Amino acid sequence: MQSEVMFAGFGGQGILLIGKILAHAAMEEGFEVAWIPSYGPEMRGGTAYCLVVIGDRPIGSPIIKNPSHLVAMNRPSLEKFAPVIKPGGVILNNMSLISIDSGRADVDELKVLTAELAADVGNAKASNIVALSAFVARSKLVSLDTLKHCIEEEFAKRPKLIPLNLKAMDAGIQAAQ
Amino acid sequence: MPKVLMKGNEAIAEAAIRAGCLNYFAYPITPQSEVAEYLSWRMPEVNGVFLQGESEVAVSYMIFGAAGAGVRVFTTSSSPGISLMSEAISYLCGAQLPAVFVNIMRGGPGLGGILPSQADYLQATKGIGHGDCRLLVMAPASVQEAAEMVMTAFPLAEKYRNPVMILGDGLIGQMMEPVEFPDQLKSEASNKDGWATNGMDHRGSTTRNLVKSLFLDAEQLNDNNLILRAKYERMKKEDVRWECWNTEETYDALIVSYGTMSRVCKTAISMLKEEGIEVGLVRPQTLFPFPEQAVRQAAQKEGCRVVLSVEMSMGQMVEDVERCVQGALPVKWYGKCGGDVPTPEEIIDLVKTTLSSL
Repeated sequence: MQSEVMFAGFGGQGILLIGKILAHAAMEEGFEVAWIPSYGPEMRGGTAYCLVVIGDRPIGSPIIKNPSHLVAMNRPSLEKFAPVIKPGGVILNNMSLISIDSGRADVDELKVLTAELAADVGNAKASNIVALSAFVARSKLVSLDTLKHCIEEEFAKRPKLIPLNLKAMDAGIQAAQ
Repeated sequence: MPKVLMKGNEAIAEAAIRAGCLNYFAYPITPQSEVAEYLSWRMPEVNGVFLQGESEVAVSYMIFGAAGAGVRVFTTSSSPGISLMSEAISYLCGAQLPAVFVNIMRGGPGLGGILPSQADYLQATKGIGHGDCRLLVMAPASVQEAAEMVMTAFPLAEKYRNPVMILGDGLIGQMMEPVEFPDQLKSEASNKDGWATNGMDHRGSTTRNLVKSLFLDAEQLNDNNLILRAKYERMKKEDVRWECWNTEETYDALIVSYGTMSRVCKTAISMLKEEGIEVGLVRPQTLFPFPEQAVRQAAQKEGCRVVLSVEMSMGQMVEDVERCVQGALPVKWYGKCGGDVPTPEEIIDLVKTTLSSL
């Protein structure tokens, strides 16, 4: 059994970070994981995406044509990747920046106002954590306890940011229900 | 030590420290700059030396100096940077000095691009520098294997008194995977007093050791080359490494592939299996010495009709594969080298098209 999650948006949204948190959480739960960034000549405001592969057996190809799930943080990402997601997957649509649907009837599309929810709990910059948490709550790829633990660890060197991000996590979980 | 999630570049850096290498000189270049970034703070923690040189040429001769003085030393770079170091690598081979070079390959030639590539295969295995010099070249396919190969590379470099290269593609450096390190730091291993210019006082000797690659006398130079040749032959006997995959039963085709590309091939082979098409894989873990016998034997297996060399280059390793197969079967090449790694679907198409064309 293997799942692949494409995280996509623009540089500065914390795309690579939430991919890393998911990969870390899956590793903590005993899965094989690989986190594969796009590392082309990118810049702030340019495209940024990473793929997280989670499996119960050693991971073969880090190159995946049709990922299982998508977390799309801006419109170009949704337009680019929604058509290639496997049927039955979860597509998180960041409604704060995206005014269209994925156009897929065979996936579970979860629309979340990530920036507004993050602003409500203290800072719109935490919209990436809102998106990640909503996605995990819906896809159930890892447990919410492990996710919480890994968010805390990610911000361990900047503990002031932990309460904000945990609130953002709760907001994301609620949005997925 | 528990598993940690690390980029290949970071794992390479930590592995070197855990292998007891406390000297790192480098010049940054994508896609391997995280090694330098990591060691810029990590080396001081273990009282090691981190030094960013003014160029790859300078760095390569800092390596020469440190290796000559008998300490463990390594550097990391990417394709154009390795080209700049190639003169010193030849000098290191000639002077019989151990050092470790990591090449996280990007596309070429020239400045090329920064995306993953395997197009330095011929350079690393056959043409790293002028003269009859060779490197022992290891090719990791995962972050864990990259770390393990780095830790193996130092003792191997000392065993042969010859530089060792870790040849990874950009994805091996950039990808994060869980990695486990041994708890203990390994201390400086072999005794280098016999040849290193490490001072006479501590060894109570009145003879100076001399490190050089200049032999103006024809006979002496030929002798030095015979010594080197004997070492390269010994590498072929003692330190060739490979992995065979899906080769227990019969198969219609054999793929030879290494690094990230071999993982894509494994996935393709698993998918083909579901359709009833069997394909074997030989994954060289050392590129020099090349697993000649393993490739030859796998190609000779009853039922195998074709051998495919799948690589992120325009056809380099295929020359070694052809050499091993010795005309017994058709050998085909498939590859790309702009930075897009071929997908499993492409490999599946390749296998099907090739088999139906025979």
